[in-house]
Amino acid sequence: MSPATDRERLIATIANLLDGVRHVAVGASSPIPAAGAMLRRALDEGRRDVRISILGSEKHNFFTNGSAELFDCAAQGRIDAFFLGGGQIDGEGNINLVGAGDYPRSSPRWPGSFGSGLLYYVVPRVILFREEHSPRVLVEKVDFVSAAGASGPGVHRTGGPHALVTSLALFGFDKKRRRFVLAGVHPGYGVDDVRARTGFSFDCAPDLKPTPAPDAGTLSLIRGRVFDELAETYPRFVDAVRGTA
Amino acid sequence: MTDFISLEALAARVPDGAMVAVPADYGGVAMAATGPLIAGGGRGLHLVCVPTGGLQVDLLVGAGRVRILETSAVTLGEAGGAPAFIRAVQDGALTLRDATCPAILTGLLAAQKGVPFIPMRGLIGSDLLRVRPDWRVIENPFEPGDAIVAIPAIRPDLALFHAAEADRDGNVWIGRRRELALMAYAAKASLVTVERIRETSLLSDEVTAAGVLPAIYVEAVAHAPGGAKPYGLWGEYPADAEEIARYAAAARTEDGFRAWLDRFAGAPSPAFA
Repeated sequence: MSPATDRERLIATIANLLDGVRHVAVGASSPIPAAGAMLRRALDEGRRDVRISILGSEKHNFFTNGSAELFDCAAQGRIDAFFLGGGQIDGEGNINLVGAGDYPRSSPRWPGSFGSGLLYYVVPRVILFREEHSPRVLVEKVDFVSAAGASGPGVHRTGGPHALVTSLALFGFDKKRRRFVLAGVHPGYGVDDVRARTGFSFDCAPDLKPTPAPDAGTLSLIRGRVFDELAETYPRFVDAVRGTA
Repeated sequence: MTDFISLEALAARVPDGAMVAVPADYGGVAMAATGPLIAGGGRGLHLVCVPTGGLQVDLLVGAGRVRILETSAVTLGEAGGAPAFIRAVQDGALTLRDATCPAILTGLLAAQKGVPFIPMRGLIGSDLLRVRPDWRVIENPFEPGDAIVAIPAIRPDLALFHAAEADRDGNVWIGRRRELALMAYAAKASLVTVERIRETSLLSDEVTAAGVLPAIYVEAVAHAPGGAKPYGLWGEYPADAEEIARYAAAARTEDGFRAWLDRFAGAPSPAFA
């Protein structure tokens, strides 16, 4: 078997971050997070059930009360993990899904905030995922706050950032200090590369190490079952990663 | 009584300046009504995307039919950003009411219940709240010191969507796509396109009755087989991802947008304004 690709490593990294979840939801246009959730479910099979809800999927959608049910479940604490991205993510964990520059005539303009205005606040383990790791994405301060990384007293806040995963590194988030903590760097890169390509300052975990590659069993699960399941919602992505496009 | 009319007659029931609620791309979009709406429907529309918009919204925006856009996002999914929406934002051609999905659903729920607002969690500390002065932070009256956001009722003039079946009484089967019911309950009236019209009542069988939007909400039905294409319709047919990608590529220019729309609508589109 050929070694893990960068994307397969990201899928395995996300599956690790989802250890212990009962119900993970995945938004639209998120093939790598969806694959990470599917891998988590496959790894846990026979030991514990992992429910996955994928927005826009027929097969991975057990809700019967329409679009609202996901948000209702989240507001009640029935969803343990969710993924958010962002055109910009800043050092305090604020995310911007709306656009750069002055609102409302943002340029570039991105699709919009989707469910982040609630989900970031009430889902305990929100994993921020963005493949591009650059100073234009990871900024000191976002141009528009779609959802805030942390809240002060008097604000109901049961959820928030749990980790930030990019093509370069894995960060945790220190909620008290409102700062990201570098927890792993993907092979081939060092801490200096991460600093050079990150627009915000961050702390380093004392036990910082390279993010591990998936073992052979995990890799064959990704390439078989996970990509098969993923193709129902993301056919073009699966064609591309399997080289069958 | 529900009227059974053509797509053109249905589109003509959308007046200038109407507030129209439309579903997300996976939720039963009345795509076949889009061409007639651009040709013979109202202008200066206030679109409410429930809770996000896609191809239909991009077509209406690109054709200059939208004045106010209230949405949590506009996207073509895997095909990328919505080109006409992005152009309109950068030209300042739209009044934007950026939202988050649950806020739109909450506003419609308030309208459904006939109450002025419903509170929801989240939002505090965001710029969404800053650019939406109609959303207000209030104190939970039952727990002092607990801040929460009041979302005012969204009461559309019309809901416009596509579903699998209607019966001759105007009952519409929406299955588990309950946000279509939410739109219809909140709106003053609903215009619905359907794959099929059946002769027996959808209410005569408890199994289908559970997924029925009753006719009292449905002003008019138009028969439009394949009416969600190139989007899919749950349980009926999948989305045509290649066609949506072709649109995304074509619509990067005004000419490409117009050529795609003319082909889709089956006729040259009228002057955009």
